[in-house]
Amino acid sequence: MSSYHLDHLQHLETEAIHIMREVAGEFERPALLFSGGKDSICLLRLAEKAFRPSDLPMPLLNVDTGHHFPELNEFRDRRAQELGGKLIVRTVEEAIAKGIAQPAPGEISRNRLQIPTLLAAIEEFRFDCCIGGARRDEEKARAKERFFSFRDSFGQWDPKNQRPEIWNLYNGRLNQGENMRVFPISNWTEMDVWEYIQREQLEVPSIYFSHKRQCVRRGGQWLPVNALVPPKANEDVRELVVRVRTIGDIISTGCVESPATTTTDIIAEIAAARVTERGSRADDKSSEAAMEDRKKAGYF
Amino acid sequence: MSLTALSTTTPVPVDILRFNTCGSVDDGKSTLIGRLLYDSKSLMEDQIEALERSADITGGGQINLANLTDGLRAEREQGITIDVAYRYFATPRRKFIIADTPGHVQYTRNMVTGASSANLSIVLVDARLGVIEQSRRHTAIAALLRIPHLVVAVNKMDLVGWSEARFQEIRAQFEEFLPRLDIKDVKFIPMSALNGDNVVDASVHTPWYGGPTLLNHLETVHIASDWNLNGFRLPVQWVNRPNNPTDQTLHDFRGFSGQIAGGIVRTGQKIIAFPAGIVTTVKQIWTYDGPVQEAFCPQSVTLVLEHDIDISRGSMLVGLDHLPGSTTELQAEVCWMHARALQPGKKYFLKHTTQTVQVVVTEIVNKLNLDTLEAEPAPAELGVNDIGEIRLRAAKPLVFDGYAINRLTGSFILIEQGTNATVAAGMLRPPREIVKPENGDYVI
Ligand SMILES: Nc1nc2c(ncn2[C@@H]2O[C@H](COP(=O)(O)OP(=O)(O)OP(=O)(O)O)[C@@H](O)[C@H]2O)c(=O)[nH]1
Ligand SMILES: [Mg+2]
Repeated sequence: MSSYHLDHLQHLETEAIHIMREVAGEFERPALLFSGGKDSICLLRLAEKAFRPSDLPMPLLNVDTGHHFPELNEFRDRRAQELGGKLIVRTVEEAIAKGIAQPAPGEISRNRLQIPTLLAAIEEFRFDCCIGGARRDEEKARAKERFFSFRDSFGQWDPKNQRPEIWNLYNGRLNQGENMRVFPISNWTEMDVWEYIQREQLEVPSIYFSHKRQCVRRGGQWLPVNALVPPKANEDVRELVVRVRTIGDIISTGCVESPATTTTDIIAEIAAARVTERGSRADDKSSEAAMEDRKKAGYF
Repeated sequence: MSLTALSTTTPVPVDILRFNTCGSVDDGKSTLIGRLLYDSKSLMEDQIEALERSADITGGGQINLANLTDGLRAEREQGITIDVAYRYFATPRRKFIIADTPGHVQYTRNMVTGASSANLSIVLVDARLGVIEQSRRHTAIAALLRIPHLVVAVNKMDLVGWSEARFQEIRAQFEEFLPRLDIKDVKFIPMSALNGDNVVDASVHTPWYGGPTLLNHLETVHIASDWNLNGFRLPVQWVNRPNNPTDQTLHDFRGFSGQIAGGIVRTGQKIIAFPAGIVTTVKQIWTYDGPVQEAFCPQSVTLVLEHDIDISRGSMLVGLDHLPGSTTELQAEVCWMHARALQPGKKYFLKHTTQTVQVVVTEIVNKLNLDTLEAEPAPAELGVNDIGEIRLRAAKPLVFDGYAINRLTGSFILIEQGTNATVAAGMLRPPREIVKPENGDYVI
């Protein structure tokens, strides 16, 4: 009996570290997209595992929609500082002010507007590769995407014409202006992420854990009441014990009622869950192909 | 220098099974995956709701299980799969990573993508049509990729009246050509993906079939890990140099980071650094979680070595037993994946482990005839979706093993210069000679 055995999480980990190092080896100006959310928290730990004792060979990049949960941004800034990483933040506000992003009349959501903001940041810093924390189990269009996802000079994903990706041999070659998005945790599920957070004892923003919050019921989900989501006249504001399962913008992230105060509680909750994590995000429900359309336009 | 052979190490069974579905267009691959997820209760309420919503809009009230994996707009419009979809599910016995690949011949490259990481392939056959060219092509690709386990799912049995005779006939069609391919273990299962017969639950329509259901087989088939634990190989991905001016220990740190592609490494062990060919000793195996005494394939580590040798990305660190080959003249089986045919004399980039070199194709040795599964010598070209054997000459020697011995050090891709398209997947033939020491070093 040999002891040369990796468990499920260790397999996912070594696969992801390999991909991180391929990025460092093949690209000249990579960046790591870090939002402070649970997936990018795992990415950061994987980057540490890939590159320590050296400094991370790439800056952290975040597109701030201006609609982030304040807890998230506080965590993002603190974590980047603890790591000694260089954090670049580009805001949708700024992009609108500069005319890079143009809101449609009455457009409140920042979902679409973060795309030109990201593309402008890529151009500004001449990034040739962005590492992101997207996972294939999140959504049907993501389930189709490669680890190394090629983008043309407009930042567009062409799902009908992806490069073959055979074994662990990633083709990172680009021509001028083209770009790669790389997703090292493509094969991780929501459960894997939480088990990894537990194993590595990673800190996550407080809103992932159970807390009291004023919510209103809209579109079949509990939305947090805040300056951007004021209750309407006919709406009943309820104080609930909730947590978030996936963090998007504060205007579209649904909260789920939950007593989970520890990572162990969350793992037990997910094991028994009957809806997917994206079931609580309004941005994905707008149409069957919402994510595909955003990715084609340059979303990560 | 004495080359002491380490005892061979037996791999342990996997607790995560990667499998893919393949076969011709419309044989029911996506439907099968949908059925597997549905009947094993792996779907969530919102996913079922979304299925029902789209059934009301487009399906005349009928749920289309293929919509669970056919996630692109163009796929749903045309009712075909274009690119691989990955799905994850678990039963109390195993975790599964599924790759649902397209059957359309135009998207064979995507089938190769999905199959390349599989431990088991399910080839579907439409019971009405029997074995057709695409069934043979996909089976041949699975064999070429050395996927050790095959399931032949004889699907749409509901449309042939659950005829045992028809099932046996198709089985015989397969068994006629299987000996020409190198596949160790094949299982035949009659089923209806649409209705769920023999997928998760045993069918009442096949009293003549005594075997397991598909899920039962997937949960119990004994699959050893495909990592090679004999012959240490570490392709260097990245040189780890902190250059830290304040911390004295880090100031001089120089490590070589990579994923172990074969074998086991221990501190104090002698290794050869290629291409320099110089023998040195492993001083430390550095990991984020602290130094370790030994590490094995496929772990990701950082090695600190005794001597200062010229080592960079693309170098290969190798143990002294089970030595690799090292030449510029290569022979390999390839799947050609691009509409522009392979041209002898044309230069391509070849990516092997962590190094990319220029190569020129010197000869097309043969091409697989997909009707007979015989290799036909000296074809004029290899076109899109062809499988054949070629000779190549590389601008620099590769340090490699035969694909049959080590998937990671025996595989490569070809990249077209200019467009950067990935045009071929290659599986190296074993080296004719292995590297030999000269005065203690291994100059290549
Ligand atoms: N009667 C019957 N029809 C089936 C069965 N399995 C699949 N079908 C039908 O066959 C058609 C094609 O099914 P898909 O699952 O999309 O086929 P596929 O193999 O994934 O096709 P590609 O991915 O495009 O190669 C659909 O109309 C299915 O409903 C079966 O067991 N019995
Ligand atoms: Mg399909």
